[in-house]
Amino acid sequence: MLILNCPYCGVDAEETELAAGGEAHLKRFGPGSSDDEFHDYLFMRENPKGVHFERWRHANGCGKWFHAARCTNTLEVFGTYTAQTSEPPQDIKDAIAAKRPGWTWREFS
Amino acid sequence: MSTRLAKQGRLIDRSKKVTFTFNGTSMQGYEGDTLASALLANDQMMVGRSFKYHRPRGVVASGAEEPNALVGLGQGNRFEPNQRATTTELFNGLTAISQNHWPSLEHDIGAVNTAFARFLPAGFYYKTFIHPKPFWKHVYEPFIRQSAGLGKAPDKDSRDADTYEHFYAFTDVLVIGGGVAGLQAAKAAAASGAKVLLIEQSAYWGGRAPVDGGTVNDEPVDKFVEQLVSELETMDNVSMRSRCMGAGVYDHGYVLGYERLTDHTPGVQGPRHRLWRIRAKQIVTATGAIERPLSFAGNDVPGVMLASAMRDYAVNWGVNPGERVIVATNNDDAYRTAITLKQAGVDVLRIVDARATAGPLAEEARQLGIRVDPGKAIAKVKGGKRVKKVAICNQEGVGGAREEVEADAVAMSGGWSPVVHMWSHCGGKLTWDDANAFFRPDPSRPPLGANGEGFVLAAGASNGALVLGDVLTDAHAVGKAAAKAAGFKPKNIKAPVGETTAEAPMEAVWLMPANAEIQLRMKSWLDFQNDVKVSDVQLAAREGYESVEHTKRYTTLGMATDQGKLSNINGLAILADALESEIPKVGTTTFRPPYTPISMGAIGGEARGEVFQPIRQTPMHNWHDRNGADWEPVGHWRRTYAYVRPGESVHDAVNREVKNTRDNLGLLDASTLGKLIVKGPDAGKFLDIMYTNMMSTLIVGKCRYGLMCSENGFLIDDGVVARIDKDTWLCHTTTGGAERIHGHMEEWLQTEWWDWKVYVANVTEQYAQVAVVGPNARKVLEKLNAQAGGGMDLSKEALPFMEWRDGKIGEFDARAYRISFSGELSYEIAVPASQGQAFWDALFEAGQEFGVMPYGTECLHILRAEKGFIMIGDETDGTVIPQDLGLHWALSKKKEDYLGKRAHSRSHMADPERWKLVGLETVDGSVLPDGAYAVGEGVNANGQRNMIGRVTSTYFSANLGKGIAMGLIKHGPDRMGEIVEFPGTDGKTYKAKIVDPIFFDKDGEKQNV
Ligand SMILES: [Zn+2]
Repeated sequence: MLILNCPYCGVDAEETELAAGGEAHLKRFGPGSSDDEFHDYLFMRENPKGVHFERWRHANGCGKWFHAARCTNTLEVFGTYTAQTSEPPQDIKDAIAAKRPGWTWREFS
Repeated sequence: MSTRLAKQGRLIDRSKKVTFTFNGTSMQGYEGDTLASALLANDQMMVGRSFKYHRPRGVVASGAEEPNALVGLGQGNRFEPNQRATTTELFNGLTAISQNHWPSLEHDIGAVNTAFARFLPAGFYYKTFIHPKPFWKHVYEPFIRQSAGLGKAPDKDSRDADTYEHFYAFTDVLVIGGGVAGLQAAKAAAASGAKVLLIEQSAYWGGRAPVDGGTVNDEPVDKFVEQLVSELETMDNVSMRSRCMGAGVYDHGYVLGYERLTDHTPGVQGPRHRLWRIRAKQIVTATGAIERPLSFAGNDVPGVMLASAMRDYAVNWGVNPGERVIVATNNDDAYRTAITLKQAGVDVLRIVDARATAGPLAEEARQLGIRVDPGKAIAKVKGGKRVKKVAICNQEGVGGAREEVEADAVAMSGGWSPVVHMWSHCGGKLTWDDANAFFRPDPSRPPLGANGEGFVLAAGASNGALVLGDVLTDAHAVGKAAAKAAGFKPKNIKAPVGETTAEAPMEAVWLMPANAEIQLRMKSWLDFQNDVKVSDVQLAAREGYESVEHTKRYTTLGMATDQGKLSNINGLAILADALESEIPKVGTTTFRPPYTPISMGAIGGEARGEVFQPIRQTPMHNWHDRNGADWEPVGHWRRTYAYVRPGESVHDAVNREVKNTRDNLGLLDASTLGKLIVKGPDAGKFLDIMYTNMMSTLIVGKCRYGLMCSENGFLIDDGVVARIDKDTWLCHTTTGGAERIHGHMEEWLQTEWWDWKVYVANVTEQYAQVAVVGPNARKVLEKLNAQAGGGMDLSKEALPFMEWRDGKIGEFDARAYRISFSGELSYEIAVPASQGQAFWDALFEAGQEFGVMPYGTECLHILRAEKGFIMIGDETDGTVIPQDLGLHWALSKKKEDYLGKRAHSRSHMADPERWKLVGLETVDGSVLPDGAYAVGEGVNANGQRNMIGRVTSTYFSANLGKGIAMGLIKHGPDRMGEIVEFPGTDGKTYKAKIVDPIFFDKDGEKQNV
């Protein structure tokens, strides 16, 4: 039963208020993309033991989607941030670096 | 025999007698007794039989760790299996029955299993029951079913007569366990001003300290407990709940508490159990320690008990567990039992101490006249249903040169294990303490909270501090630390000083005698509940089960309700020895919540019956209910399946509605259809992405049927879209799909195309919607207009098919959609929800002369199936694409992109072998079974007939007088007229002809009027 702060309405929301939405920062591949690109976009997901970026929706609250950076191993939450971005903001990256020096996740570090 | 002592019994009130029954026999106890103490006071040594071998079993423990004394409690709607006699408080009229035997506890046929024990070793089920195959049905399965499962499930027709509730609590510091450690930790934390919640699983405070004795600040420990409790009770920032067990610790400081409110006072008003859903900033686990059994042959015979439990029964309940007692131990603590019993007048024959030299308590025992035998062990306990003789040998050796002593009870102590469950549930790690031979919490690796800091601290015995003085010092420091970690400034007050007799170190003894021969090991139980013996774990190790988690599953060690309470360390030690490894290297199995089983009622809480789930009702719901509605759940909605008239069957009603709607006039409550407003400068662009068809080009005033696919191409919803104005579209979804599709649109808008200017609003409940259907549809609406002296023009010319208009119909503000899901002349009319019932009434009254009848969802389904219209959820199941259903026309070729477009060009999606939609007609006019599979030539790799399709919708059509169906069939559209076979689950094979899915009015003449 995680607690995540919704960056839109500011509520510290219990997991019962939230809906999980899988991996964050997927790049959409549509018509014109190669079979491999489309396949990877649809099905290939990170499964780290450690730093991870996820999408969550404050489903039983304000209804907004947001991103969470957290550790799948220790359940530590590094921060939550807007869904309207294609990469983690610098302050989130810094917060992770402070706790997990040298972290990397996909193309981010 | 076990009897009531003349004196002692600090928890019982001898002036208040309580009557109860066990297996139908009436017995007496006292107020304050547990069922276990009362049974023992009545010399009921044997309380049940074991799970696998049906061996006689007696009470072993005095608390939550009891593995054997599980009984069926109560009767009828209040019957519950597997209730622990040791934690069941006695009350007048309690009825208990023992378990795992047939026909009776005394004479059990299943006990024959024990004679075959050497044929039932670890992994027996896996090994023996594989071959021959036919034996499964007639021999193995009945045998396993009869012996599988603890206790007896409640009668299937009974219903829990009690109520339950959930309770939410938020606290700075939660202390789990109300023994001296928990009380002291709570006090130290509360002194800082932090809000403290203290919960204790039993009915009383102080834990085992009052039984074990000692002094605190030079006062007897029970006085100290009394003072501490009354002090905490006066503090405003402290809440205390007894009979409330910490069941589990979860992520980010979430804890479940299980409070038993009225189990001990049945008949009292109010909920029986309460599930506490607690959020705590810091958690202190003060859950104590559990004594370990010793592994010697016959350690499961009734009358062999944990030494501490025997002491509890004497001190707390005034019960003497035997008249001639032998104490077996590897530590000093068990001497307290010998001394307590001796002082109570019990004949303590001797103390068998596996250690070469005993500690200071031995001297005290000797002075009381108790014989102490160092370096000795129990070779074997003899007796069937109770202890009769005890064979004693040297601890070093294989168990020869035995001396037999007549005795009727054995107290055993293999040392203590801290209760680390709460610490471990959420990932707290353990460290091996070699001196005490136990795992204790590793403070450097606690469970971590959202901030990356630990949120659980262990205190007292559960932290590995076993001596009273150490317990109090530790608990005091931990309480302060918890307050500090929760953001409070701890007060600098002194810890109380506790004292007990000094103790000599324990010695790890994992087997008695140390090199016991196989005959003894085969009778040395590690897990009483699951019938796992030393020899079973050794066998598992020999067969290659090196991981402790695998051994657990292979042997069932520590499974079910034990969860590592009694069996854990002894089993690990045997496994480690067999693997020639060390216990810390072998590690422990995972401790899983709940700590002891909690009731299903408590988990459900208030959510049962009418309040289980909110039910959504349309504005006309009550009218339907009064007019014979046979209800059908659709999502959270209730919809009318059919309106059944007196004397009609549901099937009759459906047939009547189907014919009447085609012949005259039908009314359908379509209010549940999802209605989403999509509005904004980019709404058209957005809908072009959401739907496979082009929606941006839809002309204001017109409607278009649209399909929605997921990104991987599968159909997820359909419905009619109407363009309301330049920036506004109204999208109809399926009844069950409104919230889901609203969420789907929001997700893409918020996370992919967040710069597009679009709003989506779910207005489903704002409108009542009525489908007015049939040849007389226009007539009834025009009659309403005539009565009101005006209204919207509903003629074919003014409101053509697939268009909509706003205006007045009769007295009502209406939006009329000329759309049809039945193939009939049809208007779907939306009015404000508040006018829904009045509109329905007006239609019903005006429609009388036109033969109006309401119709339900089954009629709706049949009408659409007659026309070959697909239904999301029938023709689709998450694996079906539009192309499978012949809906190519709805896939825009002009649009560059829409959800599903890229996926449809993947090779498997374009595969000509995909099953395709066709109509199906049985050769004899009967109705095909729903979901039946079509079989083709040949067999697959498993020898099963190859499948070539399945039935997706099947009905009896009263209009056509025969069964009609739709299905997905391989190469179906190319096989028109062929006969396909559908084996039914009833053993019959159904034959059906492949036909066009449009069964009725192929040219659409009826709707085009
Ligand atoms: Zn929110």
